[in-house]
Amino acid sequence: MRTICLYFQVHQPFRLKKYRFFNIGNDHYYYDDYLNESVMKKIIEKCYSPANEILFDLIQKYNGKFKVAFSLSGVAIDQFELYAPEVLESFKKLAGSGSVEFLAETNAHSLVALKDKQAFCEQVKTHSQKIEKHFNQSPSVFRNTELIYSDEIGATVSEMGYKAMLTEGAKHVLGWKSPNYLYCNAIKPRLKVLLKNFKLSDDIAFRFSNKAWEEWPLTTEKFVGWLNNIDPKEEVVNLFMDYETFGEHQWHETGIFEFLKFLPETVFNNSNFTFSTPSDVAEKLQPVSAIHVPHPISWADEERDLTAWLGNDLQNEAFDKLYSLSGKISKCKDPAILEDWNWLQTSDHLYYMCTKFFSDGDVHEYFNPYESPYEAFINYMNVLSDFEVRLNTDMPETNTDKELAKLRILVAEKEGLLKKYISEVNKLKLNISKPKPPGTKKASSKATPGKTKTPGISKTGRKSTKVSRVKKK
Amino acid sequence: MKVLMFGWEFPPHISGGLGTASYGLTKGLSRIKDVDVTFVVPKAYGDEDQRSVKLLGAGDIQITKRKINLKNFSKAMDYLEVKSNIVPYVDPEDFWRLSKKEVSGSYKFIQVNSEGKISFSGKYGPDLLTEIANYSVVASIIAEESEFDLIHAHDWLAYPAGIAAKEVSGKPLVIHVHATDFDRSGGKVNPDVYAIEKKGMDIADLIITVSNLTRDTVINKYHINPAKVFTVYNAVEPLNEIEKAKYKKGTDEKIVTFLGRITFQKGPEYFILAASKILQKLDNVRFVMAGSGDMMNKMILMTARLGITNKFNFTGFLKGDDVYEMLRLSDVYIMPSVTEPFGISPLEALQSNVPVIISNQSGVAEILTHAIKTDFWDIDAIADSIYGILKYPALTKMFKNYGKKEVDELSWENSALKVKEVYEKALSLN
Repeated sequence: MRTICLYFQVHQPFRLKKYRFFNIGNDHYYYDDYLNESVMKKIIEKCYSPANEILFDLIQKYNGKFKVAFSLSGVAIDQFELYAPEVLESFKKLAGSGSVEFLAETNAHSLVALKDKQAFCEQVKTHSQKIEKHFNQSPSVFRNTELIYSDEIGATVSEMGYKAMLTEGAKHVLGWKSPNYLYCNAIKPRLKVLLKNFKLSDDIAFRFSNKAWEEWPLTTEKFVGWLNNIDPKEEVVNLFMDYETFGEHQWHETGIFEFLKFLPETVFNNSNFTFSTPSDVAEKLQPVSAIHVPHPISWADEERDLTAWLGNDLQNEAFDKLYSLSGKISKCKDPAILEDWNWLQTSDHLYYMCTKFFSDGDVHEYFNPYESPYEAFINYMNVLSDFEVRLNTDMPETNTDKELAKLRILVAEKEGLLKKYISEVNKLKLNISKPKPPGTKKASSKATPGKTKTPGISKTGRKSTKVSRVKKK
Repeated sequence: MKVLMFGWEFPPHISGGLGTASYGLTKGLSRIKDVDVTFVVPKAYGDEDQRSVKLLGAGDIQITKRKINLKNFSKAMDYLEVKSNIVPYVDPEDFWRLSKKEVSGSYKFIQVNSEGKISFSGKYGPDLLTEIANYSVVASIIAEESEFDLIHAHDWLAYPAGIAAKEVSGKPLVIHVHATDFDRSGGKVNPDVYAIEKKGMDIADLIITVSNLTRDTVINKYHINPAKVFTVYNAVEPLNEIEKAKYKKGTDEKIVTFLGRITFQKGPEYFILAASKILQKLDNVRFVMAGSGDMMNKMILMTARLGITNKFNFTGFLKGDDVYEMLRLSDVYIMPSVTEPFGISPLEALQSNVPVIISNQSGVAEILTHAIKTDFWDIDAIADSIYGILKYPALTKMFKNYGKKEVDELSWENSALKVKEVYEKALSLN
């Protein structure tokens, strides 16, 4: 069997609004609604709507022979629910066709896999539930944010019960090996690993409209010709790309939609390739060997590593700061805080802090709301500072608890003193009023606000009200 | 290639950015083979007034010529000292401010014939325009007597000298725009200065600007053909190994520094407004405004009115090493210039490992990537950037790692090579 496995990534982050330091503690809404909605609407018009329509027609036309897979990040689904329920509906329609597989990923499109195994598993579970809820499919194949993969992450994914995982066919991992076979995880061989054929994928995703490219213009005939040139023993060509390739990265005018429309026809007419979903591939093919990935890889940039997200001091500090909160988060029940926690983990926030683009690729500029990585960092850290304040108010940790306890003791002491003082004052009043009965009224009315001991009384009084406010919360 | 260069100031008497830049550039040029620079500056002391009048009146200008061997120069340079009454070693902009009230409207270029006879009004005093004209007279005589291939004039004060030299010799003229009157005046452009600048730009064969920002001004405000304007960025001298710090920081407060002339152009009020915002949230911070200028009193009043004087210090004008001392004590350097053709000082701050915040309206913003850039009027953004640097240590770390490296890669030699390309182009045009 020779087959093509098409998978498209759908993801949009909740971009943050300009959040100044004086907002910290005062303003708990972090997102640029206008920007997020307008970017979403633009991409829907240029990409998701027309591309979904084409895919649906193709699936109908070839009656089960043409198949694709999608991964929709949880954050993207949240945005569809907010801004474009009709698009979510059209994905549901695709899901109902029986020829579209939806993959599992992290709910937040986060890098949590690199930090916290337990939180990672929970996020994946949440996402799978979300997929099941919307598309009536229980995902069996996993793809991590930005195709980040290592032996360890793969092992965790296998433990969660997924049968296969997608990642990049990175040169430095493959060496002489070909990405066009099924592999398996080095620790848990039961987990199948599908590797992206980055040459053929990027021919479509990045080079399609590049007129300086010697192969321009790329036709389906030419592309299928390249498929036919692949060694006949090789079994699967994994074409993984952003869904936004269609209509957004490559504009409508470049003919990218025509390419998509005619690809199945050309494949069926000019080659013996079929189309499969990742789970088909994992079921039908036998893994040829284990793939060893001791250090995490991704599908980004020339290096295929993590430096686009965790490549400089800004990114590392933000990442560490973010996950330093996970302890408290695990106990938090407030749905608003948990939603923000989810949206703040999205990898794009770190991507905007990347300083690599000073030297390479304009890819990093894509829908980036910031003028510089420094601005991105300061903005994100301000938001995170406010988030921390909220979390601490909601979830007083041991230290704060202790302090509160101390305050309570203090208040009790002061209250004791108060009683003592009041009785003393009363005694004094009596002493004063006895010898001079006519002046009683004046003396007593003056005594409360004016006498030396009263400031102390009012101070403790204020404190006790403060504490009682905290108690109420 | 022999270059006759006209400037306004030269070491050791440097008063501002123009002097630093022309010094750096000539130093860079001196390291290039087959470029010989003769630098002409007007120089005057009070007691030269009488002789100058005589000199010019007689048409017999004394030019003392001596060879000097400056430290750090790889070649001996010809340094011509022209005795005139020009008062060159005050900051040109300050000088202009002092003298502009006395400028008479009836200014004309002085014609010099081949015998050097000049018809003079004989009037002197703090009249800058007359002095510039005198400089051009002297320039034409130097041009007659020396041998050179090309003329290079720095900023408007020296344009007339350059023009005069070109008229006498017929050699190509390159003018170097370090600033225009649009930068200096804050919109109230002086028509006389504009006329001198415009004439210089029109007559020049080619024009060098210190940034694309200035290039745009030259093209749009002076209507110059873009094909003859080239941007060559300034650089910065490598920092000498710093001696031990003179002062220790007396407090554990963070220090945010504004360093420059306190004038409209530098945007000091935006710094103060940002400081006041920060002080509402942070306590452990002190703001310093180092420098002097015509807006200083107004700024002191402003801090008083905002009630932040206990956290805001004015140092007055800082000289030489004190500048580096101040930078060494600083945690953030800020330059919120309203308009800044280039701006060398942020580069000096980065050399001292101090993170910088610069305005988008500065030429240096075009070449610095590891700096925070905001609009000068965006007080919220300025305040937020300061807060970010003070609160999130990763930023300072980044600037130390990359900002300094970026500045160290700039060199006057590279700038000089670009200037040389312009020279070659100018020569090929003629």
